Amino acid sequence: MGKLIVHQEKVQDIAALIKICPFGAMEDKDGKIEINSACRLCKLCVRKGKGVFEFVEETFSEIDKSAWRGIAVYVDHVDGKIHPVTYELIGKARELAAKINQPVYAVFLGEGIDKKAQEILHYGVDKVYICDKRELRGFNIENYATAFETFIDKIKPAVVLVGATPVGRQLAPRVAAHFHTGLTADCTVLDIHENTDLVQIRPAFGGNIMAEILTPNHRPQMATVRYKIMDAPKRNDEISGSIETLELNSAKFTSKVEVLSIIEKPREIGIENADVLIVAGRGVKKKEDLKLIRELAEVLNGDYACTRPLVENGWLEPKRQIGLSGRTVRPKLIITCGVSGSVQFVAGMEHSEKIFAINSDPKASIFKVANYAVVGDLYEIIPKLIEKIKQGREIA
Amino acid sequence: MEILVCIKQVPGSNKVEVDPVTGVLKRNSADAKMNPYDLFALETGLRLREKYGGNLSVLTMGPPQAATILYEAFAMGADKGGLITDRKFGGSDVLATSYTLSQGIRKFGTFDIIICGLQTTDGDTAQVGPEVSEMLGIPCVCNVRAIDKAEVDCIIVDMEMSEDIEKLKVPFPCLITVQKDIYEPRLPSYKKQKATANREISRYSLNDMNDKNEKNYGLDGSPTCVQKIFPPTSDKVQETWTGSGEDLSQRIYGALKKMKFTA
Repeated sequence: MGKLIVHQEKVQDIAALIKICPFGAMEDKDGKIEINSACRLCKLCVRKGKGVFEFVEETFSEIDKSAWRGIAVYVDHVDGKIHPVTYELIGKARELAAKINQPVYAVFLGEGIDKKAQEILHYGVDKVYICDKRELRGFNIENYATAFETFIDKIKPAVVLVGATPVGRQLAPRVAAHFHTGLTADCTVLDIHENTDLVQIRPAFGGNIMAEILTPNHRPQMATVRYKIMDAPKRNDEISGSIETLELNSAKFTSKVEVLSIIEKPREIGIENADVLIVAGRGVKKKEDLKLIRELAEVLNGDYACTRPLVENGWLEPKRQIGLSGRTVRPKLIITCGVSGSVQFVAGMEHSEKIFAINSDPKASIFKVANYAVVGDLYEIIPKLIEKIKQGREIA
Repeated sequence: MEILVCIKQVPGSNKVEVDPVTGVLKRNSADAKMNPYDLFALETGLRLREKYGGNLSVLTMGPPQAATILYEAFAMGADKGGLITDRKFGGSDVLATSYTLSQGIRKFGTFDIIICGLQTTDGDTAQVGPEVSEMLGIPCVCNVRAIDKAEVDCIIVDMEMSEDIEKLKVPFPCLITVQKDIYEPRLPSYKKQKATANREISRYSLNDMNDKNEKNYGLDGSPTCVQKIFPPTSDKVQETWTGSGEDLSQRIYGALKKMKFTA
């Protein structure tokens, strides 16, 4: 916290000073330097401005951090169906709580959730606070925020973690704004200092930069985390901890928003929407062999696609073709099988997050874009891979 | 219907580098554009106005040059523009930004519905919309994927959830954030651009707000503090694997498991 002061008397070369600022936040106003609202307080001018600029720290009255204890996790659900990000956050919360020797709470808001709360006790939380009310049927942000705020007022957790799901991404800011506290979105790393300050690391500028963020003088500290970032703890056979009812007078639910209906989303089809894609190329010798590709897609809960020659052979429909004359895809995982990697094909898939390419030709051009260039015979590798995935599932 | 669309100017590209020695951002500030997600919010507002009548205003917060995007919105059909700008608003995090916007909105007008884009391409948090709604004390619905219809005092919208769609009846005044692809944004019209090139916009600085306490804005009003920025450890792996079919399938399996694509 603080502000920039310009020592006008030290200014010599205005134009040179103005150039220091990468955001164009300095202006020459009648021979005086003025800082406008483009300023991001990066303090580059302080470092390079030869003493013209000074950053003055301001001191604030410090809050009493010891009044806020414990790590709380919002139980993300729709209609009582708990989203797995919840368990991942509980895993992280336990890790953080162990460092500062404080409890882990889960807060479960909804209707008809009584029985489901029991399940959370298998994951090592100290207390699950439930608020089971008719007004919490369906997701209505105002009523959910009211219940969440009641929880925070009563329990005063130091940290509140929320899954970055469609529900969490709107509920968390609503609650953070109510408490005038900080909220850091989509954290990828979380740690905690002894004084219970939460270290929040998140990507900025489309992931080109990482930022480490603290909320040093506000409580609760709030953060959202996306699904599949943290690790869920193993489910214990035994339960531990207890379920507490969050007392809340129904008169507090004042929202005039009505939930008219909740319908299941139609399954989105099409290779553009798949998170996981298995792609068959000319290395697949016969049409019948496509079943290998389909099966691999199936065990990975994904979809399958192909290159242009396979469509021309009439083996698969044109809507499954990737490339300039087909579809552009950007899945989280793509495994190409026997694809050589023409320029046209690569243009349709190079932005996929993780690219595995299986090809027996070590010089195949697909290997230039692959993260993992697997030099080998797909007929040997894929059946074994399918087998291992199936076995892994049985154990888990 | 009085409609407000909140828009933001963002860097033209996310290509930024961190100077490894000084830890300072290296970026070109000249290259800026309207947040692409806001185009969908604008289009939604324009369609509502065309169907139900009324006025469409656009509001932004940023440096003086952010006024450019207000004129872009005029060329698409917006009626009124407001710019919240003051050096004292610099360094705002989500909370301070939302607070400043909510203060500015109160000054700018009275609205039935406020529409925001899903998120920005620079901050990427999707949090400002819901925070503004809390500060204005009005309901909000995020991730709106379709608008059913509007009535005199309410609007019926479809909210997208992970696996479901929730249909909600929301009374005015309210705030919604709309998804990409709710409607195809129209192109700016040259005629409108010509006609609105000199349109007056309203400007708001700290002194115009109801709350003039400096401490509630900018860096001082921001509970979060960026401690440091650093380049991400590159996860751009390029490995070549060779071996027997058994070895290779085991390595692929191991990697998929680690990446959580399978159990």
